[in-house]
Amino acid sequence: MSSTTVTKEVSVGDVAARGADLAQGSDGERMALNVGPSHPTTHGVLRLIMELDGDLIAKCEPVLGYLHRGDEKIAENMTYNQFVPYTDRLDYIAPLANNVAYVLAVEKLTDIEIPERCQAIRVLVCELARISSHLLGMGVFGMDAGAWTPFMYTFTEREKLYTLFEELTGARFTTSYTRIGGVSRDVPDGWLSRVIKFCDELPKAIDEVEKLLTRNRIFLDRTEDIGVISKENALAWGITGPNLRASGVDLDLRKDKPYCGYEQYDFDVPIGVKGDCYDRYLVRIEEIRQSIRIVRQVIDNFPGGSWYAEDAKKIFAPPKEKILTSMEELIQNFMIVTEGPQVPPGEVYFEAENPKGILGFYVYSKGGGVPYRLKIRAPSFCNLSILEEMAPGHMLSDITVILGSLDFVMGECDR
Amino acid sequence: MDEELAKGLMERYVFLSSRDSVDCLSYFCPPENLVELASALRDREGFEMLVDLTALDWGQENSPRFTTLYHFYSLALKTYLRIACDCPSVDEPEVPSLAAVYPAADWHEREVFDMFGIIFAGHPNLKRILMWDEYPYHPLRKEFPLAGIETPLPAPDVAEVTKASVEPAPMMGGPFVSPAGGNVSEAEPRAKDESWTEEVEKTL
Repeated sequence: MSSTTVTKEVSVGDVAARGADLAQGSDGERMALNVGPSHPTTHGVLRLIMELDGDLIAKCEPVLGYLHRGDEKIAENMTYNQFVPYTDRLDYIAPLANNVAYVLAVEKLTDIEIPERCQAIRVLVCELARISSHLLGMGVFGMDAGAWTPFMYTFTEREKLYTLFEELTGARFTTSYTRIGGVSRDVPDGWLSRVIKFCDELPKAIDEVEKLLTRNRIFLDRTEDIGVISKENALAWGITGPNLRASGVDLDLRKDKPYCGYEQYDFDVPIGVKGDCYDRYLVRIEEIRQSIRIVRQVIDNFPGGSWYAEDAKKIFAPPKEKILTSMEELIQNFMIVTEGPQVPPGEVYFEAENPKGILGFYVYSKGGGVPYRLKIRAPSFCNLSILEEMAPGHMLSDITVILGSLDFVMGECDR
Repeated sequence: MDEELAKGLMERYVFLSSRDSVDCLSYFCPPENLVELASALRDREGFEMLVDLTALDWGQENSPRFTTLYHFYSLALKTYLRIACDCPSVDEPEVPSLAAVYPAADWHEREVFDMFGIIFAGHPNLKRILMWDEYPYHPLRKEFPLAGIETPLPAPDVAEVTKASVEPAPMMGGPFVSPAGGNVSEAEPRAKDESWTEEVEKTL
């Protein structure tokens, strides 16, 4: 062995101390490394400009905007219902949850009462969207850590969900299912029993995934104590959703500020202890199981009655069979399509607990069918902002695991 | 609970003035007291999270033209609080940055700066976040057209290597823009190809 070899001792623990050390600068040479915007680990078009000291990340600067479409500007120029398809394209892994969150925000401005059946449908689709999002999130997370097989199991289940979504909404991916004051159509015959059948099959697949990952030595080595977010940091940086709960903060708006009648359903909110990548994985897996519980409860007590707000004459366009047979409904439909749902002036801020975190809409209305300002508070945008603070001190290979565990979507981040 | 909180806030922070709102407590705060208020909200009132930060543009002709909006959330009280802050100057709107108090404000403020051109004094890294650095406009201002404005893409590093200038892709597509001006269906090349009729001679 050559006597000139210089060895440097690196402690495995304490990433924060290592990060602080690297921020001081070092004697070694630094390498600039660009990851993305088109790179498989970035799950979309996130770009990272990193500074490496050997294998250690000294600096990590996320660069956004590669998927910026100006959704907020577009919203100011169209009627409320016309914007529903744009919400599909925010978190495109769970479009149904975005549809619901958006209409709930606008409905908060109005005083219409949403019938129970409509609320039940909305809860149902929100939870199915959560399952769909977490299935993809965990499948891809496993893949980021080097485990291919779980992805196959989760995608098989997701395919079944897509079939269910297609039966309900007419589209697999971009569902555009909700309208201000209701949904676009009632649940089809026999659909609920097919959802129950899916709920019977899903836990088996989740068990398979857990067998492959949860006690897998390699997976544990790669995720435990990696990407730790402390409780205080998580709150200060505005992290929400499973990422916040993994850090030990009990904030779930479905429990804390129930909407859509979530207070009727019995479910648990999983909370992490350490806030590392492994906790984020565990929290999501448990959330899938809890979502199945909610779905079963909704279907067990599925209310009858109307599936849209019948008395909201200036807000919800009636179903087609009524438009074609009645003059009054025809006029109603014409006015809503041409001028938009008539929303009173005012401002509201509404947040919903989406699969990725808290999705908020701030709506400022001056009355009429078009919002004066619509702001989208995207959970992925806030969840990613901590990266600059968290990444330094980790190894380069950890960044794939960290990004996978944060489970973000650029469509929503860049809007 | 909300009334109690409202009464307490108005007593403790005399600079607040109330603001009409249908959904949560809402106040106006003068820019000079903003940082003081934010630290107090975090440390004494239990509003741990700054969940959202945005701005409103009232149009070129109005003064104050811009209002920044902050939404705080308290885990213990399970309630939101909205603080609005009018930017004093119309041409160079400026409010103090909250990034030192709530790190969450960092990216939100960069976005508002990018979209509205509001300066956040004291922000550690105030640069564009969604548009590219050289972009000259602020798209969410009311006078900015929906169709966008054609903008050159300066790329001196590319020009140096390739000896070619960078041309932005034409702003085609979307329901808003027709590159020829006028009807979009006429600008569609297939619409001009009438080789399927017998009246027009086949060109290809």
